[in-house]
Formats: sequence, C-alpha cells, structure tokens
Amino acid sequence: METFLEEVNKKIHGVPLQACYHCRKCTAGCPTASHMEYNPNKVIKMIQNGQRDKVLNSSTIWLCLSCETCITRCPNQVDIARMMDVLRQMAIESGVGAREKNILKFHQAFLAGIKRGGRINEPMMMAQYKLMSGDLFSDVTIAPGMFLKGKLSLLSPRTKDMKSVKNIFEKTKNI
Amino acid sequence: MKVSYYPGCSLHATGKEYDQSMKAVSRALNIELKEVDDWSCCGASSAHSTNFDLSIALSARNLINAEKDSMDVMVPCAACFNRFKMAEHHLKADKDLKAKIEGVVGAKYQGGIAIRNPIDIIYNEIGIDALSAKVVKPLAGLKPVSYYGCLLLRPPEVCEFENYENPFMLDKMMGAIGTDVKNWSYKTDCCGGSLSISKTAIVVDMCDKLMSAAREAGANCVVTACPLCMANLDMRPSSGLKLPVFYFTELISLAMGLDGSKETFKSHMFDPQPLLGQLQLI
Repeated sequence: METFLEEVNKKIHGVPLQACYHCRKCTAGCPTASHMEYNPNKVIKMIQNGQRDKVLNSSTIWLCLSCETCITRCPNQVDIARMMDVLRQMAIESGVGAREKNILKFHQAFLAGIKRGGRINEPMMMAQYKLMSGDLFSDVTIAPGMFLKGKLSLLSPRTKDMKSVKNIFEKTKNI
Repeated sequence: MKVSYYPGCSLHATGKEYDQSMKAVSRALNIELKEVDDWSCCGASSAHSTNFDLSIALSARNLINAEKDSMDVMVPCAACFNRFKMAEHHLKADKDLKAKIEGVVGAKYQGGIAIRNPIDIIYNEIGIDALSAKVVKPLAGLKPVSYYGCLLLRPPEVCEFENYENPFMLDKMMGAIGTDVKNWSYKTDCCGGSLSISKTAIVVDMCDKLMSAAREAGANCVVTACPLCMANLDMRPSSGLKLPVFYFTELISLAMGLDGSKETFKSHMFDPQPLLGQLQLI
C-alpha cells in the first residue's frame, strides 16, 4: 500500500519531500506561519512520518496564502506551495473537509460565481459566501461605501459562451 | 504596439480605477489594446486551492481565446497574470496534462503568445526615457514605496520577473514621473490576498505591518500593480496607519496630465485627494 508520503509526492509531481533538510527557510519567510498550528517545514516532517489525519485536519493547510515565498527560497526546490494545494485537495476528496470551514466556503462561493456567470460578480459572490458561512455581519460598514463609489455593482457583463464554462466544471468534476 | 487585453473580473468592479487608468496610459503611450473575446474568470486562488485541473482549464480557456488574435496578451491583474503563467508552465511541461485540458476546454492550446504584465510592457517596450518625455507635471512631493506583492514575481521560474527578490522596474517608473521613491524591504511581502474576507483579522495584521514599514521608510503613499493588494491595503489597515494607495497607472496618468486622470482618485476607499491637494497635484 502507498504511504502518505508517496501519495503526496506523486500528486506534487516534482521534487520529492525527502529532499527537505529542514533548514526552515520556508517557515522563516512564511507570512502566516505565526498563525499556523504547524509550521510549513513541520508539515513536511509530519508527512514524512505518515501523520495523515493530523496533517489533513490541520488549519495550517488552509492558512497558506499561496504567496510562493517558500518555493522561491527553498534551497532544494521543494514545492511547498504546491504541497499545500495537494493537501487541501486531499482533505476535500477524502471527506475530512476543511478545518478552516469559512476559507473553504469562500472558495466554494467564488467558484459557484464563475459557474453562474463565467465572471465574478463581487456582491453576488459575497452574498453567497455570507449565506454559506453564516458570517452575516462582517464588512457591513464597508459595503455601502463601495456601492456608492461604484466599486460594487449588481449588474456586470457575463461570459456569453456559458456552455464552455459549465463544461469545464463538469469535466473536472468540481466538488 | 498592439496587444490583447485581459482585464479580469476585478478590473470591472473593485479594481475599476486600474482598468480606467491602464486604458488611458496605454492610449497615451501608443499601446493599442484589443480585449480578449468572451473571456471568463481565471479561477484565482479558489480554483487552485481546491481543484488543480479546474485551475488549469479555466486559465487555458482564456489563453486559447487570446491566441485567436495572435498577439502578446497584457494582463494587468497580478492574480490573473500568475494563474495564466502557471497554466502555461504546466501545459508546456506536461504533454499528458495538455491533452487532458484540451479535452476539457474543447480546443487546442498552441502556447504561441507571450503572457505579459503591464510593468514589463511599459518598462521594456516603451522605456523609461519615452515615459519621462511624456511627463507634463512631475509629481513632486509624492513619496511612494513601490509594492510588488507576490503574484507578479513568484515562483520566479514561472513568472520570469526581473530581480524577483528586489525588483526595481516600478521604482524606476515612479522616479521617471517625478516622485521621490523610498526604498524599503517589503516590496515583495504578501498583503494577505484571498484571506481578506474569510480571515480578516490575519489580513489586518499583515496590512498594518506593511503600512508601518512604509511609514518608517518615510513614504506618504504606496504604489501597487495588483487589485487584490489595492483592496487589502486600501481597506484593511487599522485607521491610524492608513496611507493613500495608488495603482501605478493612476500616477503615470496624472503626471502625463491625461483626461480623466483625477477621476479615479474619487473611488478609493481611503481618500488620496487631501494628500494630492496639499501637494498641489490636483
């Protein structure tokens, strides 16, 4: 049977995680490391040790911003940003779900917006996120100002060939 | 020169000042823009965070549409630029993936056009000398720090941005239009990007750190080339730390005295007009 390490390596499709010698450059440069329960290099160590449940259940994988500072500075070209994407996808596919539920709900509301109109209509996307997350009151003081300044509009042009956009979602089996 | 233009979703909404000033500056610099036909969203962070194939296919659909015009495609939004470059990188490196994605999109990807950001086009195609020659009102008194963020630069082998750890193109452009650009060590730090809505407190911390650093460097404003950085820096810092934030094209437009150049400042959430007024620039 495939180990957790082998499974992740296969999906990263690049430099294997064994190449990491834990110099912690990724962690030193990570802008959200101080908010994470495990530092980026600690996640690599946990994968090396086969701690599948702990990793997929961690908030760390959802707090990664994909700023790509880690891969830029890694002396061994270990693609940690790609690793985080892979782990998020594994958490969703395996039914573990997201420890940071609202972050995943934001992504789902965003993708639903593309599926609906081909392009993101920000107020519609925000309304959907608020309904999905129950986070109804954040930013209520900012939104009216944005409407007045014309930065938010309920009507914005959509993609015409929506069939091709919907096909992409169908064929890639978006969750 | 003539290029394809992919505005992306933000430039039609929260980032409309970028779209307006980009078009004005392009016209003045003789860069003709042809909008990509029937474009759709690039997928942004939400696609690549949850579904790799979807993220590549959503960007590929737009690249394939752009290829019909056989011109370089200019992508002002740093997030869209990053996703397009990433899709190009994977499609060129992995034949199996390319075949799969072409099946998903229902069209062939040639990979024959260059994906370019406007900093690169203005700096390398138009040039600093031609830019300064068009300045009618040098922006004296404006002291920006230039903020490149993440997505134009990283990963470097994908984005191919010059000097990715200490970029200078934006700094040089800001110098050419008469501003007193301040040096700082946070040019390429992250603003918090897509966590702005779902994890606001973290983003407030990150933006406060950037604004504090900009103030320490002696800046009185921040210049960006990304609508996500703009939204976060314009709205998220704590009230005592805020500074006016500009798209680089807004300042170029102002320095060139282009029609409508003062209009875009009205829709910023943190009003830059008092600073510009005090410096007698508007």
